Amino acid sequence: MSTAAPIRSETAAAAASLDSVSKIYGAFAALRNVTTSFPAGSSTVILGENGAGKSTMLRVLAGLITPTRGKAIVFGGPPHLHRHRVAYMSHSTMLYDELTAMENLTYFATLHRGDGCACVGSPEMALRAVGLDPALTRPVGQYSQGMRQRASLARVLQTDPELLLLDEPFSNLDVKSAGQLVELLADFRTWPVPGGGSRTLILTTHQASLAEPLADRTLTMRQGQIVDLSTGTNG
Amino acid sequence: MKYLGYVFEHLRKDLRLEWRSRDAINGMLFFVLLMVVVFSIAFDPAGYPSVTRQISGGILWVGLLFASMTALNQSWSREQRNQVLEAQRMAPSPASALFVGKALANMLFVLAVEAVLAPIFVVFFNLHVLGNAKLLALILPLGTWALVVNGTFFAALGLRARNRELLLPLILLPLSLPAVLMMVQATTGVLTGELDPIYLRSWITQLAGYDLIYTVVCVLLFETVLNAE
Repeated sequence: MSTAAPIRSETAAAAASLDSVSKIYGAFAALRNVTTSFPAGSSTVILGENGAGKSTMLRVLAGLITPTRGKAIVFGGPPHLHRHRVAYMSHSTMLYDELTAMENLTYFATLHRGDGCACVGSPEMALRAVGLDPALTRPVGQYSQGMRQRASLARVLQTDPELLLLDEPFSNLDVKSAGQLVELLADFRTWPVPGGGSRTLILTTHQASLAEPLADRTLTMRQGQIVDLSTGTNG
Repeated sequence: MKYLGYVFEHLRKDLRLEWRSRDAINGMLFFVLLMVVVFSIAFDPAGYPSVTRQISGGILWVGLLFASMTALNQSWSREQRNQVLEAQRMAPSPASALFVGKALANMLFVLAVEAVLAPIFVVFFNLHVLGNAKLLALILPLGTWALVVNGTFFAALGLRARNRELLLPLILLPLSLPAVLMMVQATTGVLTGELDPIYLRSWITQLAGYDLIYTVVCVLLFETVLNAE
């Protein structure tokens, strides 16, 4: 067990925040009394080894899991009430292997169109933005790992999210592709938000050097706790 | 109207996935065809035509029930692969639309199997329908929906279970017993022509009621099931 005292970080204008959040699976605490907030418009990189609780934190913010104790707040309310403003990309592709990237994106775009949903970008534009050809007829299952990762990113970008949660986006990417992804994410932060506001980015990685250009803030996690918080070069 | 649009999108996606892989239909088809062959050998339909007519409704529906279970688990495993289900959960569209779309897709798969099976079943069991054959056009879809609506729901319920292949029959079979009784009685009534039309209508009405009740309950509870940890 770690003896490090948990670091609490709070700011006023937060896109998302965690208040004394713990997530316990049986005898294992994936998150231990975490309190932090993510300022609107900021880019936060969460570092940590495998099992540090990075992915659990993102999943709590995405509303995919409920904290055992404490509460997660996204845009002032419970995460599940703001799904149209939040996008989550896990280390799996979250795409159907049997469908082409275009078919996958068109399908998910349709599910995001509706009441209260922000403007949804076109699947073609999203695919072009990540460097994939929308006319590709191969199913996603036949893509290389890098192409799958980019198609997965296109899926989340097309929903035009105000809060983008990325879990290990650089895994399976070579250095050049990772660099392109960083540029794309930096560009994404400048996209105008319909109705004003700003875009918030939270990403986890254990490749700190790759994410450095994006980091306004860097959180380091160990054994379910935030053990270090630093302000990056962009912050 | 928007809700139906979501249902249609889910249905279209499931049909497309099945068209590309053909996992569900092929599995079900081989299963029921083998079953028809085995039972036709075991019961000697040519020697005992009246007995065959009495039992063939039961064989048909029990065979379809077991066959559909192979497809029902598979329909949700597609959503689990690559964590696609999490993308579904993150989507702001109604969760129940996913359920209805998938149940409709499963229904079409089972109906497709029935369409292939029907003539083979008639030949192997030497069947001559003695009742009003048109009623089968009502009984078959109602019975199929009874199987798939519960099956799709309980397959989703078992998504996070370690032994989900075992869990589905354990839950689905007891719950389907009333529906199986209704469909078998109605089908046998049509095949033998011996059932009073009033009783026959009563079985069909009860089956429709069963479908309605379970559809409403499954639709209302699906979001809870989908987001359960």
